Amino acid sequence: MSFLPKPKLHHPGLGCNSLGFTKRDYEGAVSTLCAGCGHDSISAAIVRACFELDLPPHRIAKLSGIGCSSKTPTYFLGNSHGFNAVHGRMPSVVTGANLANRDLIYLGVSGDGDSASIGLGQFAHAMRRGVNMTYIVENNGVYGLTKGQFSATSDKGAKSKSGATNKDEAIDLVGMALQLGATFVARSFSGDKGQLVPLIKAALSHKGAAFIDCISPCVTFNNHQGSTKSFDYVREHNEAVNFLDVIVEKEEIIVDYAPGATEIVRQHDGSLLRLRKLGESDYDPSDRAAAFTFLEQRKAQGEIVTGLLYVDPTADDMHDLLGTTTTPLNELSEATLCPGGTVLDKLNASLR
Amino acid sequence: MQPTNITDPGFFHKVVDCQYACPAHTPVPEYIRLIAAGRYSDAYMLNWQSNVFPGILGRVCDRPCEPACRRGRVEEQPVAICRLKRVAADYKDDITARLPNVPTAKNGKHIALIGAGPASLTVARDLAPLGYDITIIDDGNAGGGMMRTQIPKFRLPDSVLDEECGYIEHLGITRRYGERVNSLKSLLDENYDAIFVGTGAPRGRDLDLPGRTEAAENIHLGIDWLSSISFGHVTSIGKRVIVLGGGNTAMDCCRSARRLGGESVQVVVRSGFEEMKASPWEKKDAMHEDIPILNFLVPKEFTHEDGKLTGLIFEKVKAEYDAKGRRNLVPAGEPDIHIPCDDVLVAVGQENTFPWIERDIGIEFDKWGMPIVDETTYRSTHEKIFFGGDSAFGPKNIIWAVAHGHEAAISIDLLCSDKSLGDRPPPHVTLASQKMGIHEWSYGNEISDDRRYLVPHAEKALVLCNIKAEVELGFDPVLALAEAERCLNCDVQTVFTENLCIECDACNDICPVDCISFVDNGDEDDLRTRLNAPAQNLTQDLYISSDLKTGHVMVKDEDVCLHCGLCAERCPTGAWDMQRFLFNTAKATDKAGSSCCKS
Repeated sequence: MSFLPKPKLHHPGLGCNSLGFTKRDYEGAVSTLCAGCGHDSISAAIVRACFELDLPPHRIAKLSGIGCSSKTPTYFLGNSHGFNAVHGRMPSVVTGANLANRDLIYLGVSGDGDSASIGLGQFAHAMRRGVNMTYIVENNGVYGLTKGQFSATSDKGAKSKSGATNKDEAIDLVGMALQLGATFVARSFSGDKGQLVPLIKAALSHKGAAFIDCISPCVTFNNHQGSTKSFDYVREHNEAVNFLDVIVEKEEIIVDYAPGATEIVRQHDGSLLRLRKLGESDYDPSDRAAAFTFLEQRKAQGEIVTGLLYVDPTADDMHDLLGTTTTPLNELSEATLCPGGTVLDKLNASLR
Repeated sequence: MQPTNITDPGFFHKVVDCQYACPAHTPVPEYIRLIAAGRYSDAYMLNWQSNVFPGILGRVCDRPCEPACRRGRVEEQPVAICRLKRVAADYKDDITARLPNVPTAKNGKHIALIGAGPASLTVARDLAPLGYDITIIDDGNAGGGMMRTQIPKFRLPDSVLDEECGYIEHLGITRRYGERVNSLKSLLDENYDAIFVGTGAPRGRDLDLPGRTEAAENIHLGIDWLSSISFGHVTSIGKRVIVLGGGNTAMDCCRSARRLGGESVQVVVRSGFEEMKASPWEKKDAMHEDIPILNFLVPKEFTHEDGKLTGLIFEKVKAEYDAKGRRNLVPAGEPDIHIPCDDVLVAVGQENTFPWIERDIGIEFDKWGMPIVDETTYRSTHEKIFFGGDSAFGPKNIIWAVAHGHEAAISIDLLCSDKSLGDRPPPHVTLASQKMGIHEWSYGNEISDDRRYLVPHAEKALVLCNIKAEVELGFDPVLALAEAERCLNCDVQTVFTENLCIECDACNDICPVDCISFVDNGDEDDLRTRLNAPAQNLTQDLYISSDLKTGHVMVKDEDVCLHCGLCAERCPTGAWDMQRFLFNTAKATDKAGSSCCKS
């Protein structure tokens, strides 16, 4: 942990985005997490993604629960809105916030304890309701703040730092998100920003519930031999199915890749996801059923599948499903929100 | 690229930009830390060992360190290194007890030094503690050479000169002041074991233009005129003065003229303002004293009436650049202008002159009349005769003379010990971890956001009426501390140990200047384009690791590293460490060990 603030001096060639901000303008306070924590890399990836997407910091709301991961919003987007919820309740708070103001960009950051244990129900309902948000689980498979007990995402058979073996089945949040109806599902690794940054950018520009399970080694309690979430283990077993480029320009791009190797997905907001397929698999991220099968097969072989695993670019979000007005509710006047007895009587009459 | 060999002192030496740029390689960050700690005497002695004249150089050094300072690449202004050096000199305690002991038993070798300027005094300082019998011969009445005669007192008071020349003169040195060497041959006959020539570049270049002889009475050569002021021979000048030339001597001339009665003093330069040789701060100080600098004017003729100078005619020129980027001054096609004046000071350059060296004693001269001197040993083609300072390679600055003096002293010592002059001692280098705790270092790694502090000046009205009143007042300890905190401690190196790295990216995430990258290896040109921030400053090296587990290499662009140590603080395995790199060039005195300096 460092006590000093990060120096304000920066590289003289540091570029600005279209809003005139540098990457440094998207940073937060210096992290107080353990040195080398994977979460810090995810924070850095979020900073880069928001900078590259030219997002106005004051239009972003970052929300989290409790845990090492949930501390991280302090360490990025220092000029954005923030909310540190009760343990596991981040998804519910995002749901409420999104209902009240649909115009903000919602970024939920959680951990495996926060989302797979105490907040599992909250997580499930945010996904199935299609809350328009980016939901990142910083998944280190361990309770770091309480000194290294197995968490609900620890793999069966994994060894703790003290030598104990995990006997319980692991919760696979990617599988759950797919099953619950998330319309953007990805898995990545904190040690691979080349993959992670485009995924966060794509998730932020996705309309609907976008879920990223990001494996993030805990250098203090879960980076040893026998761990399945250590830097070495994840690097050895990482099977990336695709490589993503996010193109936000509105004009059409010319695709010069061999057909079959590249797929272009156009999202609601006009952003284009260019997917380059990797490896031997002919992975199709639009086929939810096939995704289940593929993930199960590879899991059985001990591989960790990463990349954009499922996307429905034309998905509806919670507001579409509820038919709410396009004007954020918090901008409506009291008169509009409470139109009075006559309107209520009319409504009641229509239901009789 | 091949992994960087950090055991070669050359690599980290280059990272300490200020020290690398200093001809004497003074360990700048080390003494700035001492100043910040209030250890002024220690800071002074560190300087004294390296550059011999901290108080003098703290005022009038040409400061090659400052344009090199890394701080100037990450914000607007470098650290005021020169002014901090002066703080050490101003606030030190009495250091005489820390000066070297001079052995009572001499080693039997006799050395003559011609000229008592910075080069000769450095040789004396280095050799006297080793038991050499040193004789300095100078035609002046006091030591210091051009530092005393040519630098105006309002920039360098006599008291500072007396003190620092005195430290050396009192090392048991025989002074033959007031004696001019008119024949090197006859000096050789005195059977010295070695002779060092440090006579500077004493002749001012003249301008042979129409009217020069007729108006001679009011046309003065800059350095001669400055010397005359220093000796008290000149005490006034006309009201309207033109100074020709764009170097530091011209700046000294115009500012001196302002103090001796010049009401309208103008500097006229052939070239543009930016290309002038004078240091930027000297130009600024001159302009602050209401002296305009007129550029792109070439003098054509001195005008005169009844044998009295009336002014100068100038041709207007403009700069044109040829295909190779070379500048040519061509006529601008505008009418000539006449600037009336009462006196002209010509400061258009200095030359060496050696009428007192016989051409048949074994010293070879080149076609420009300069002695042929070896650039490493400073020995001429005569086995026992050495040159240094301006007399070796033409006009430079004091700090170069000091650097030459150190090397010549080593050569003389080797010569007198019957050793090869090529067998030069290596620099002293240490590299030591500064880690004190998990996030604690034995240096202040918090980066100050302060901008460069201006050094306080005496009131203009007061200094303009007294040519001996020093203009710069120097930093007080409070300002000095604030300025010292701006130093980035570039000598505290980031040292990377490959086999400890787990490639967690923590260092590259935290680095405030994006100088650390983990990428696939490649050749240098290619690598420089693929880093987190492109490494476009080709004068700064890349620090490359060997292959890491993933096949990537760590590449650090040394260009704008703040040495804040956050990479090491955020590193979970200690793969990064902050290690202080101390580099001291070897001195002849070193073998006497503690006799050089008692600290």
